[in-house]
Amino acid sequence: MTVSELIEKAGFKAATLPEPDKEITGVYIGDLLSWVMGRANSGDVWITIMSNMNILAVASLADTACILVAEDVELSQDLLTTAKQKNINVLLTELGAYEAAVKISKLI
Amino acid sequence: MSELLKFHFDVDGTDFTSAGQASVQVKKNLRQLGIPPEIIRRVSIAMYEGEINMVIHAGGGEADVIVTETAIEIRLHDHGPGIKNIDQAMQEGFSTATDTIRTLGFGAGMGLPNMKRYSDDIEIHSELGVGTDIIMRVNLT
Repeated sequence: MTVSELIEKAGFKAATLPEPDKEITGVYIGDLLSWVMGRANSGDVWITIMSNMNILAVASLADTACILVAEDVELSQDLLTTAKQKNINVLLTELGAYEAAVKISKLI
Repeated sequence: MSELLKFHFDVDGTDFTSAGQASVQVKKNLRQLGIPPEIIRRVSIAMYEGEINMVIHAGGGEADVIVTETAIEIRLHDHGPGIKNIDQAMQEGFSTATDTIRTLGFGAGMGLPNMKRYSDDIEIHSELGVGTDIIMRVNLT
């Protein structure tokens, strides 16, 4: 399933979607960036509540399919502009990490 | 072991939000060279942790990535405060990062352990008040 298909089927909001066709292969949940960097697999949807600029470098280096920011955490315009420049998909949901992961798990 | 390519980066210690730029660039460069993805991932993670450490603890520094036929070598150099106890710093969960850094999702005490885990070989030379040099190698063969 691609990121754009996930948005459509799960009802997540796309904050940035420069790479809509990235393939999703799994999910990783975490807020400690070093942990995520070392453990998330490429192709994962990375669910987090962190919203600072450093999440973009982590997503880019870990090669995740997209960042899914849970709990309706607000994102700065700066972050979204940079995400577009760096080709990083950023999605939003009002769901908590667990509910979002369960929803994705049923779809992929 | 002949040196095929070398990339040099100055790591800006004042801008925490841009930390990781050198690692992202290295990743791109290695991809263009056709290095296997798993190797690139290990190099990127090890280097990112080093880069973040230099920004958090040392006010920035320099990073060189050297590609040879058999390995990728990452050399980090800073003029920070130095590491008091390297054995302790290598333990997962040990961190001297401030609360502000922790609220940004860092300071989990995984930096040096990740650098060790994702490289085949790591050398750390640190002197208090002088700085730290780290050499990490990821083998290609």
